[in-house]
Amino acid sequence: MLKRFQIRQRTRVSWPCGARTLALVAAAALGGCSEGVLDPKGPIASAEKMILFDSLGIMLAIVIPTIVATLGVAFWFRSSNTRAPHLPDWEYSGRLELIVWSIPAMTVLLVGGIGWISAHDLDPRKPIASSAKPITVQVVSLDWKWLFIYPDQGIASVNRLVIPAATPISFDLTSAGVMNSFFVPQLGSQIYTMAKMVTHLQLLADAPGTYPGFSAQFSGNGFADMQFTADAVSPEQFAQWATATRNAGPTLDAPSYAELARPTQSVPPFTYRAVAPGLFQTIISPDEAPVHPSHTAHAMDVRGSAH
Amino acid sequence: MNLLGKLSWNAIPLDQPIPMFASGLMILAVLLILAWITLRGHWPYLWREWLTSVDHKRIGVMYCVLALVMLLRGFTDAIMMRSQQAVAAGSEQGYLPPEHFDQIFSAHGTIMIFFMAMPFMIALMNFAVPLQLGVRDVAFPTLNSVSLWLTASGVLLTNVSLVVGEFAKTGWVAYPPLSELQFSPGVGVDYYLWALQISGIGTLMTGINFTTTILKIRAPGMGYMRIPVFCWTALATNLLIVAAFPVLTATFAMLLLDRYLGFHFFTVDSQGNPMMYVNLFWVWGHPEVYILVLPAFGVFSEVFATFSGKPLFGYRSMVAATMAICVLSFLVWLHHFFTMGAGADVNGFFGIMTMIIAVPTGVKIFNWLFTMYGGRVRFTVPLLWSLGFMVTFVIGGMTGVLMAVPPADFQLHNSLFLIAHFHNVIIGGTVFGAMAGYNYWFPKAFGFTLDERWGKASFWCWLVGFYLAFMPLYALGLMGMTRRMQHYDNLHWQPWLLAAAAGAVIILAGIACQIIQLVVSIRTRDQRRDVTGDPWNGRTLEWSTPSPPPAWNFPVLPQVESKDDYWRRKARAHVEGDERRPPPDYRPIEMPANSATGFVTAFFAVVTGFALIWHIWWMVALGVFGAFVTMLVFAFRETEEIEIPAAEVSRVDRAYRAEVAR
Repeated sequence: MLKRFQIRQRTRVSWPCGARTLALVAAAALGGCSEGVLDPKGPIASAEKMILFDSLGIMLAIVIPTIVATLGVAFWFRSSNTRAPHLPDWEYSGRLELIVWSIPAMTVLLVGGIGWISAHDLDPRKPIASSAKPITVQVVSLDWKWLFIYPDQGIASVNRLVIPAATPISFDLTSAGVMNSFFVPQLGSQIYTMAKMVTHLQLLADAPGTYPGFSAQFSGNGFADMQFTADAVSPEQFAQWATATRNAGPTLDAPSYAELARPTQSVPPFTYRAVAPGLFQTIISPDEAPVHPSHTAHAMDVRGSAH
Repeated sequence: MNLLGKLSWNAIPLDQPIPMFASGLMILAVLLILAWITLRGHWPYLWREWLTSVDHKRIGVMYCVLALVMLLRGFTDAIMMRSQQAVAAGSEQGYLPPEHFDQIFSAHGTIMIFFMAMPFMIALMNFAVPLQLGVRDVAFPTLNSVSLWLTASGVLLTNVSLVVGEFAKTGWVAYPPLSELQFSPGVGVDYYLWALQISGIGTLMTGINFTTTILKIRAPGMGYMRIPVFCWTALATNLLIVAAFPVLTATFAMLLLDRYLGFHFFTVDSQGNPMMYVNLFWVWGHPEVYILVLPAFGVFSEVFATFSGKPLFGYRSMVAATMAICVLSFLVWLHHFFTMGAGADVNGFFGIMTMIIAVPTGVKIFNWLFTMYGGRVRFTVPLLWSLGFMVTFVIGGMTGVLMAVPPADFQLHNSLFLIAHFHNVIIGGTVFGAMAGYNYWFPKAFGFTLDERWGKASFWCWLVGFYLAFMPLYALGLMGMTRRMQHYDNLHWQPWLLAAAAGAVIILAGIACQIIQLVVSIRTRDQRRDVTGDPWNGRTLEWSTPSPPPAWNFPVLPQVESKDDYWRRKARAHVEGDERRPPPDYRPIEMPANSATGFVTAFFAVVTGFALIWHIWWMVALGVFGAFVTMLVFAFRETEEIEIPAAEVSRVDRAYRAEVAR
């Protein structure tokens, strides 16, 4: 799916070559600090980076000439320049008006096309095509740390997200209290976490590596330390990690969750060897008795009504 | 029962040196000014000529003073944030703990948007709109004074929070559930809410006042297609105020009900829905952006035409573009939260609507360019600000459209890239527009021009400082730095943040130059008198009266025959001899009488607001009762208007004509 999008975009916007070069120069200037959005490590982030530069290229093709023309016209028609033509009453030209309206309109047509198509191709909840079986991770933002529950493995981790590389990860996200935004820039798309609602996000890491993650929505005093690492490892290492995790550490049930939910700052990463079934469901709808854990995401999908 | 509600000595942060020092300085400055006024015996003059004035020009000047003072206050916050982030890297925590840093960025946003940018724009509209329309005042002069003083009440409450209690720690948008009682039990959010509720009422009344004025009260002969473009943009802005501000008031009212009476509009529990707040906030918030920038577009239109010695290119296009922006601005709010998880169709729709709004804006840019084409461009201070705006604003517009592409926003939302973007358009658009307008209309307001040399120095400092302060933030956003971080671990970010801090210092130099410009200009005012009333060879009606204009603006209302009517009159006088002679038939003029209503209402509004914040219920009752009685007193007033005798009108006008003829 993403491949298709990339190819389509390439053919669509290949015309403003000069602008593309400029955009690449700008990218190179920033490249010295290759991290974040400009150093994608997965298909979503790569596609988003390309959309960024394609749109920037299209717009620079009109913005740069406009800036040059502005300064040029102002300078040429300076009052001391007697060689410049003087048109003191010139205030209308139908043909120019047409051009004036159509230049921005055509630019917006192009960028709008990119916007519409990419909004669909990169919809956060759209599954990523892959031969590997997706892994589900349930994310809970707490004051001020991240809880990652692996329902299929029956384990959980705080402030450290371990995922297998080259495997689609399907995130269901919610918040224990205030709103946060789950974001690993090098993997792509951030999404809000909101109490009693579930948002969905699909990401994939191309290769093993450690990528910084954090909350991108201010959430109070401990916000600056609300960081985690996303460790992409090989599928074998992931399996080993899951096994090792199952053999040590505390369990996550209602009392230990209540303990975890208390506001704390700069919490070092640790893991839970077991998670009470249906805990995520209890977090999103505490008034209801836990149902089947596999049904968690359906109850309060943000796409439909919140209730 | 406690007579002082939640208020106690603990509310004053005596143990925190930084806020205590800052508030001490602020109190000292206020006391010094009050002492100076008292010693010099200026109170009667101040009360008679300014505090109770309902003259739109005086109210405009007072709005401007308010905005400039708040620029200093908001900028102090900015410098503190930039210096904190410049040092708080790695294991360093900087000098501001989170609970203080969080208040600073919240106050910075609130003050700059509500108490700097908006009052500045309203200042310019107040001063220039009736003059440009060729009339004597706005539709409801006393209401105008109430608007001003209610805005001042909001300003006062916000600044009181520095000394007594705290300000919001939620960011200037105060999203629930963070801003709910459960997560923000202190008075900070209450200060934020009540200050903005009170000043919001003032703003709404301004909107009603100016919409009425522009639609109903214009000089004879001024049809819609003869209205100066600044007035068109003012009309669009005020329509937006009337349509958008009630949404904000209602949203805040719901949050207040949650906080005060245990309602559950936006709470986490009992089926509250915080997403609704976010939607409603931006239903107001995006039009607000255009409330801020449209009057600035109007200023630039006047400045480019005047200093190119040409009519504005594509007047009808400009009007159409302005009104298109006015309507479209209500159809884009969702782009502030593409990351909330709406479907692709919804995100795609709002993305495209957001881009479409760039079309009329682009049209304006090209029309200003063609206005200069074929002109004789004079590089005065207002023109420099306008050129700086054009270059800066297209960059800010571009990054805005970039973030309108939903997947691009998924990566850039809430990052410093976003911060750079909106400062790029708000400073590059609104602040540059405010400065252009300030330099452009200052001679009209005070009768002498501002110093060009210091004005230019100020412009260059602002321009260079702006780029140095905000271009690094674009880079940091792409590198993955999010906003509102009290400290950070990534040491690669620090050089960029140091550069940004240096940029802020250069902007500070720009502000210093502006203060010097004002002082120097006042000291040398006798050499820089504007006796003609038309220092720039202007085109619109405000330049056809003396500087400063008499309270009644025009001895006889001008008969308008075309757009840029004053220019036409000057051209005709040039061909047919001075059209001014013979003097017209002077008649007595009815002017609205001064009124203390605004000032007194605002006093009671402050009392009510303060009492509500601290839960001092008897004082709430007192404040509301006082405001109501003030309104009754105004409703039963006996003198509504005073009459300026024809002899006085004649004397002033003849003196002006004699000056011009010399």
